[in-house]
Amino acid sequence: MDPESLMLAVNALRRLHITVSFRLNDGECIALQGPSGVGKSQFLRAIADLDPNEGSVHLDGISREAMPAPVWRKLVTYVSAEPGWWADTVQEHFVAWDEAAPLVERLGLPPACGSWTIRRLSTGEKQRLGLVRALLLRSRVLLLDEPTSALDAASTATAESIVAERISTGTSVIWSTHDGAQARRIGSRLFLMAGNGSIEEQTL
Amino acid sequence: MTYIHLSYSDPALPALLVVMNGVLSLVLHLKLERQLAFAAARMTVQLVLVGYVLTFLFAAVSPFWTALAAFVMVLFASREIVVRQKRRLQGFWTYGLGAGCTLLASGTVTIFALLTQLRPEPWYHPRYALPLLGMILGNTMTGISLGLDVLTNGAVRERAAVESRLALGGTRYQALLPVIRDALRSGFMPTINGMAATGLVSLPGMMTGQILAGVEPIDAVKYQLLIMFLIAGGTGLGTLAAVIGGARLLTDHRHRLRLERLDSEA
Repeated sequence: MDPESLMLAVNALRRLHITVSFRLNDGECIALQGPSGVGKSQFLRAIADLDPNEGSVHLDGISREAMPAPVWRKLVTYVSAEPGWWADTVQEHFVAWDEAAPLVERLGLPPACGSWTIRRLSTGEKQRLGLVRALLLRSRVLLLDEPTSALDAASTATAESIVAERISTGTSVIWSTHDGAQARRIGSRLFLMAGNGSIEEQTL
Repeated sequence: MTYIHLSYSDPALPALLVVMNGVLSLVLHLKLERQLAFAAARMTVQLVLVGYVLTFLFAAVSPFWTALAAFVMVLFASREIVVRQKRRLQGFWTYGLGAGCTLLASGTVTIFALLTQLRPEPWYHPRYALPLLGMILGNTMTGISLGLDVLTNGAVRERAAVESRLALGGTRYQALLPVIRDALRSGFMPTINGMAATGLVSLPGMMTGQILAGVEPIDAVKYQLLIMFLIAGGTGLGTLAAVIGGARLLTDHRHRLRLERLDSEA
């Protein structure tokens, strides 16, 4: 492996039934497609080191074990399909709500929603706000786990274009989806995940 | 100091009140009579035994026997902590965490009181050390078991929030902080409520005992204050250690939430 190259290198990553090796260059987007329950989340969580797993993962030639896990996760950020909330109001979950407001507005929520309580948010609103919250970290790699599963077509299109803008400025993305059409729309590469945990790259 | 001596026959008369409760249970079909009889018998045996054990210990004034008695008390307390948990840690830490924290907190506070305020001769005299330890232990135990219960249940319930925080680059303590706060609050609450209600709602057992034994009320109050402050200190220390230790055990060095280290609901 060339240690100088700007990329995510995953070697023999093992988690439960999943074993996988691949490389992801800057500005690439891998669409990870597979039926629900096949282990897409497990796979993405393992890269972010959120569950015990084996194998090596390097970013720009630096092993994730060479840095504290929180630092790794700010570079390689996993975004759950059902983001969690630990405070009462929306804006308490953002370091800089001012920075979040324009993205929130683009995704169809009023900027004033910062003062809303988490309780009154719908699943789709939570998903959009969770995506914005992660985007503000400006991570090198985004691991998006079904990020539009609860969104309508318009919001889905906006979310896809916001992520596409990030990709064009060098962010790399793995985007899991059970929707084949979306996989072909957003991915520059396509990974198919099967029930036995095997992952195969398909040519687009 | 004078106090009224009781013979063994003296508690027999009030024991009739328990028998009366038993009859009541039979008449009203409460089905409590067996439990009642068993509990009353068990209490009698336990207390009489403890009386003889303490008589022996007070006569011996041996550091070894005193330490052994203290150790057995801590073991019973840690067992009680485990029994009260809905979700228990697996392996050594099931008992280890509760036992370690009760020992640390009650031991420190008891020795502190013996060495600085009470100063019996010798300092480990069981007449002072064991009742003191017992009172502190009982309260510390409650604080620790409440704190751990709220911590483990909170971590399970708030899993999504904790993991989101971790995924966004939070440390394990940042991620668990809301749960840790709740757990500490629950652990401290009985002690705070206890201090607030003492003297108005109830006279504390130890103070009542001293008054019955002929001690001047004001002197009994001083003793009670000492004990209450020791209890508050011990509960705070023990609950803090147990909750922080529990939070550590529920996560790992890579700041991952490890809920599989908990048994499923007991």
